Amino acid sequence: MNTYGVIARFNDPVELVHAAEKVRDAGFTDFDCHSPFPIHGMDDAMGLKRSKLGYLIGVMGLTGALFGFGLQTWIHSIEYPMNISGKPFFAYPAYAIITFELMVLFSAFGAVFGMMYFNSIPRFHHPVFYSDKFSRVTSDAFYVSIEISDPKYNEQEVKSFLDKIGGTDIEVLKDEN
Amino acid sequence: MIDHKIKSKAEIRAEKLLPGNQDFTTITDDIAGVPEQKKTPIQWWLLFGLALSLLAIFAGSVGFLIWEGTGIWGINNPVFWGWAIINFVWWVGIGHAGTLISAILHLFRQNWRNAINRFAETMTLFAVICALVFPGIHVGRIWVAYWFLPIPNQMGMWPNMRSPLIWDFFAVFTYFTVSLLFWYTGLIPDLATLRDRAKTNLKRKIYGFFALGWRGGNRQWQHYELAYLVLAGISTPLVLSVHSVVSSDFATSVIPGWHTTIFPPYFVAGAIYSGFGMVMTLSIIARKVYNLGHIITLEHLDKMAQIMLLTGCMVGYAYSMEFFVAWYSGNAYESFAFVNRALGPYWWGYWAMIFCNVVVPQFFWFERYRRHIPFLFITSILVNIGMWFERFVIVVITLHRDFMPGAWAMYNPTIFDVSIYIGTFGLFFTGFLLFLRFLPMVSIAEAKLVLPESNPHHGHEE
Repeated sequence: MNTYGVIARFNDPVELVHAAEKVRDAGFTDFDCHSPFPIHGMDDAMGLKRSKLGYLIGVMGLTGALFGFGLQTWIHSIEYPMNISGKPFFAYPAYAIITFELMVLFSAFGAVFGMMYFNSIPRFHHPVFYSDKFSRVTSDAFYVSIEISDPKYNEQEVKSFLDKIGGTDIEVLKDEN
Repeated sequence: MIDHKIKSKAEIRAEKLLPGNQDFTTITDDIAGVPEQKKTPIQWWLLFGLALSLLAIFAGSVGFLIWEGTGIWGINNPVFWGWAIINFVWWVGIGHAGTLISAILHLFRQNWRNAINRFAETMTLFAVICALVFPGIHVGRIWVAYWFLPIPNQMGMWPNMRSPLIWDFFAVFTYFTVSLLFWYTGLIPDLATLRDRAKTNLKRKIYGFFALGWRGGNRQWQHYELAYLVLAGISTPLVLSVHSVVSSDFATSVIPGWHTTIFPPYFVAGAIYSGFGMVMTLSIIARKVYNLGHIITLEHLDKMAQIMLLTGCMVGYAYSMEFFVAWYSGNAYESFAFVNRALGPYWWGYWAMIFCNVVVPQFFWFERYRRHIPFLFITSILVNIGMWFERFVIVVITLHRDFMPGAWAMYNPTIFDVSIYIGTFGLFFTGFLLFLRFLPMVSIAEAKLVLPESNPHHGHEE
């Protein structure tokens, strides 16, 4: 039987935010706060840096726009110049719409797949799923989890620490073997 | 010190949007309870049976269209664009409310959208699918529809990227893809809820697969929220662009009545108007069938009616402005096109449009009508009848009498025009009913954000 970490339950978003601040101040780094919905102010309470996803989306959007404009220019100026009512081949104002649409399309792919990349999902196995009570976290429960990979991790100390800061239902995550 | 007898703004708002004593648990139970029902309501089966019958009509008609060609439709010379383009514009227009509600109202922090956004987004997806059917089938030789795409081919041939029809293809395709991504991103936490509540192993596996292993950690929410915000931000100009591009199919031509610069904003306002009409129709039915009156409340319906009033007045303004410009331009063809709309052989189409889109929404100035459910239900359907007539007016009445009287003709739809249009309702409702049966129709995670206790700073901010 392997252990993977400790989880503790808190009653509401207010308690969870306070708990996060205490866990952060105690020097833990590999912990997470689980809730049914995003909680305002939690990033600061956990001491998380701003998400870098925005840069990725920006790069994707720019790529989309350049690709859109480049594709249209290449088609009509180089590959397949089509004379329609004597209109110019390089009709850049007419390219604005497809350039815009592809910018949006690429940014959306960047946002969704970038979010999955930063969140490491899909990931169907995670130690927290070993706990049965933890499944309420997607409905009405609030949990703090501290993982074994944390340099300060010591099972007994973590358990008593979580108890001291007001956690209930403290549980050690173990696999079933 | 806070006087606890005085309610904060957040609490008052929450009481209107989520009346009764609701907490995180009851919200989950109520919303997730619908797809978890053991026994599907009889009304669902009745509607689903009807939807499948219509879908069969759709499949048969489209099959015959592919076999026989577009000659089975009532299109003629000069009305080359008939019901297919009317229905395309109509369905795309309906599809606009979804992204408007999800994206623009999200950016404006209008929390009331949280009860109807999932609903509206799903409606968008199926409405855009119905819309995309028409450009797909109206090309005649469907098996070469991929010529739309800029892909290298053995003919060395490329689409004309300066044509509004290609812009339209890109705009609608992008809109569909982004709406799908937005909808799915919003669903991930709710799918995790359904996974964790699943009673059978199969359900847990299926919901779990699509939930991607979501575990609600703040390290996930952090990126998730940013992704959602950016999607809302980029969808906002997108939704405004889609119907503007659709309108340029008309506006870049030289036909009197189409060649106007008012088209893009006027089409967008009309699209939002019809989209809210459809959201209203569907949510009134769903809250009744599933007893969700405490989650989709009168407050929500009232707010939707207000947006319909606003956009209804905008299209009313556009109708009168078109007449003014037709007169003020001094262009004989332009003036004739508009007189012909109101007084020509299709006068009934024009006045049906005016009645449904300009007269009917005026009742929404009064709160009594904005909160009267049978009235709202009837008007929401009238709105979409009116918007269908608007596209009929623009397409058929404009084309049937253009420059030369020798080229004039009347237009009559055939049974296949009607059956394909009716059939798309089958396509729409089959998809929508399956969504109601298997997925949460209200965003579970976002509905909770309306409760004041979801914000750890409540009580401090006021």
